[in-house]
Amino acid sequence: MVDITPADAIPPAEVAEVELYHPHGWWTKYVFSQDAKVIAIQYSVTATAIGMVALVLSWLMRLQLGFPGTFDFITPEAYYQFITMHGMIMVIYLLTALFLGGFGNYLIPLMVGARDMVFPYVNMLSYWIYLLAVLVLVSSFFAPGGPTGAGWTLYPPQAIMTGTPGGQDWGIILMLVSLILFIIGFTMGGLNYVVTVLQGRTRGMTLMRLPLTVWGIFTATVMALLAFPALFVACVMMLFDRVLGTSFFMPAIVEMGEQLQRGGGSPILFQHLFWFFGHPEVYIVALPAFGIVSDLISTHARKNIFGYRMMVWAIIGIGALSFVVWAHHMYVSGMHPYFGFFFATTTLIIAIPTAIKVYNWVLTLWRGDIHLTIPMLFALAFIVTFVNGGLTGLFLGNVVVDVPLSDTMFVVAHFHMVMGVAPILVIFGAIYHWYPKVTGRMLNETLGQFHFWVTFLGAYLIFFPMHYLGLMGVPRRYNELTDMTVMTESAQHLNSFISIMAFIVGFAQIVFLFNLIWSIRHGREAGGNPWRATTLEWQTPQTPPAHGNFGKDLPIVYRWAYDYSVPGAKEDFIPQNVPGSFGLSKEPA
Amino acid sequence: MSVVLVFLLVIIGFAGWWLSHQRLMAKPWLEQGVIGDVVGMEGSTLPTAKIGLGVFLAVVGCLFALFASAYFMRMALSDWRPLPVPRLLWLNTGVLVLSSIALQCASVAARKGQIGTVRLGLATAGLTALAFLIGQLMAWRELTEDGYLLASNPANSFFYLITGLHGLHILGGLVGLGRTAAHAWNGAPPERLRLSVELCAMYWHFLLFVWLAIFALLSGWAATFIDICRQLLT
Repeated sequence: MVDITPADAIPPAEVAEVELYHPHGWWTKYVFSQDAKVIAIQYSVTATAIGMVALVLSWLMRLQLGFPGTFDFITPEAYYQFITMHGMIMVIYLLTALFLGGFGNYLIPLMVGARDMVFPYVNMLSYWIYLLAVLVLVSSFFAPGGPTGAGWTLYPPQAIMTGTPGGQDWGIILMLVSLILFIIGFTMGGLNYVVTVLQGRTRGMTLMRLPLTVWGIFTATVMALLAFPALFVACVMMLFDRVLGTSFFMPAIVEMGEQLQRGGGSPILFQHLFWFFGHPEVYIVALPAFGIVSDLISTHARKNIFGYRMMVWAIIGIGALSFVVWAHHMYVSGMHPYFGFFFATTTLIIAIPTAIKVYNWVLTLWRGDIHLTIPMLFALAFIVTFVNGGLTGLFLGNVVVDVPLSDTMFVVAHFHMVMGVAPILVIFGAIYHWYPKVTGRMLNETLGQFHFWVTFLGAYLIFFPMHYLGLMGVPRRYNELTDMTVMTESAQHLNSFISIMAFIVGFAQIVFLFNLIWSIRHGREAGGNPWRATTLEWQTPQTPPAHGNFGKDLPIVYRWAYDYSVPGAKEDFIPQNVPGSFGLSKEPA
Repeated sequence: MSVVLVFLLVIIGFAGWWLSHQRLMAKPWLEQGVIGDVVGMEGSTLPTAKIGLGVFLAVVGCLFALFASAYFMRMALSDWRPLPVPRLLWLNTGVLVLSSIALQCASVAARKGQIGTVRLGLATAGLTALAFLIGQLMAWRELTEDGYLLASNPANSFFYLITGLHGLHILGGLVGLGRTAAHAWNGAPPERLRLSVELCAMYWHFLLFVWLAIFALLSGWAATFIDICRQLLT
């Protein structure tokens, strides 16, 4: 920590510090820990583990699509199960859990200058319920009938009917129970993230001095707290339909030649509830990514973030707007044209705050002292990828363009670019950036370069051709495409190429995992602040930060998080806890 | 989805009001503090636990608003046959109001430091809340005996689902109330006890409010009210 005397000039805190919970033994220190940093690592490891399952599932899907008829064990049922579990795991159990549970837990207390989350016990429960949700999800792979194959959107009525894998077996029940558990666990964690930002900030840390990472995670958590209840309601009601025979979503329907008991329900009702959660979910994943990438770019370009206020307002604006666009996922559900028109308009309006963010990132880079470190490479890759994915979003946001493209690979390519690849690139960048703080050692640079280039170029080689396939009319959700007229020989070659690239990119992730494990012991010593960054987490007295984060006294914040390359300063960065005029070689005029 | 959108509007309004007090127009790049010139704490002066509970209640409110939205959307379909609301629910409502009043008394007494009244209030609130739950179960039995089964009509399904979920929230509240009672009888420091009692009262009042809204929804008044609003608007 930068040594700033005289301490006696600082008035004592008006409010006494809350007493911290201290662990008594190995179990309460490393397993049932109430320390947000340990919980963050638990969240991250669990999310990564289940994410690897989803990665393997994507390989299996690509085996079938790229080389149809070659692998007998991938039956149509199995293919649908792979699709469903891949999507659900990636969106909810990996991305949401990693951004909010992982990065949120680690970074919020450190960045706002708190000793821990405000409700540590509830925070611990949050992780264990998340783990339970993951275990229930995994158990569905071993249940009779296997996991559900309803697609990640779980649309009724097919999700709970005989023809769908897991529909009349355990699959769908375990899926719904797992989601309900996840939401309960997340609510516990989310309360902590929000209230810690509200109440846990150290002295001097006004809202407008928060790093954008915290703004992103904070806003995303608020959105998640309001959006996840919609999924909860949908899951509970579908569970009733499946187990207790109610007809919330089930219309009158004939199954296997027999009229079912149920009738009168509305599948569209489920779609409304699902997408009322589902669309904000896109931004629940994107906003933390926006925040983190802003900090990465500013730090590694040694320049203050351009338009900080605009960035904050854009985050808030996107958060609010994202609640009134959900029906653009339902253009093909037969809605009233005016309804579609309204939602197309709101969808396109979201492009404005998003574009503001993109311009500000680019203007931050403009004439910056750009260090092409691995985190910076990933951040730059994110900007490009997000713009690409966002542009196809403008296509799909229009009703007339969406209707013909809706069931094609174009949609798959679009959402993988914008909410799959783009946030994952930020996660990688963030891991390379904060790993030195978590472990005290740097990740291996050579392996990092390999990981970055293979992932970045590979992802484009996977998803760019997929747009093209979609425009040709290749449908999504089909496990067997060979007999279709759109599947010309060249299209099939392209599909095989995509599959081969998917294996290569997946392999690069295994190299990355090796790097993560290997560098814990063998990485270069990082020191306390290897990136020479300004935010509070880099100013802790110990690295990795000890229990209680900041030693005897909490830091006091005197400035915003982006004082890089300040004219007249001794160094090219001034940490947030350095008082005004300190760090400058002469008094400012 | 209009109910939940109105609910969100309220939340956004509140968030906007709060944000407007947070100096979002500040230019942080121009402001550097100097030593000695540090403000107090940055959060609100309200106890953190209260703010935490407030955020939680917003989530619970969102949950029930979504159920109400789903209720109205499902109601518009042709197979909906409203079920008669058992008269017992009036009695249950009265009991829940009593429970809330008892906790309010306990909360006032805690502020004045009258430990005897606090204990009395907590015990009354706990017992009346239990009585409410038993009353709800009896209402369920009455309905099933009259042939209004869970799966026979969506109106019935919603009735059991929403009242059941509300009951679960009361049950969770009783756990908190039990812990508060333990504080009251084991002689916890008065400050700590006062906060616990106030948190319980806040939760109880909110669940009473939710119950009144649910009652209006299930008995059909809410639908009538919305119809009137719609006619006034058109």
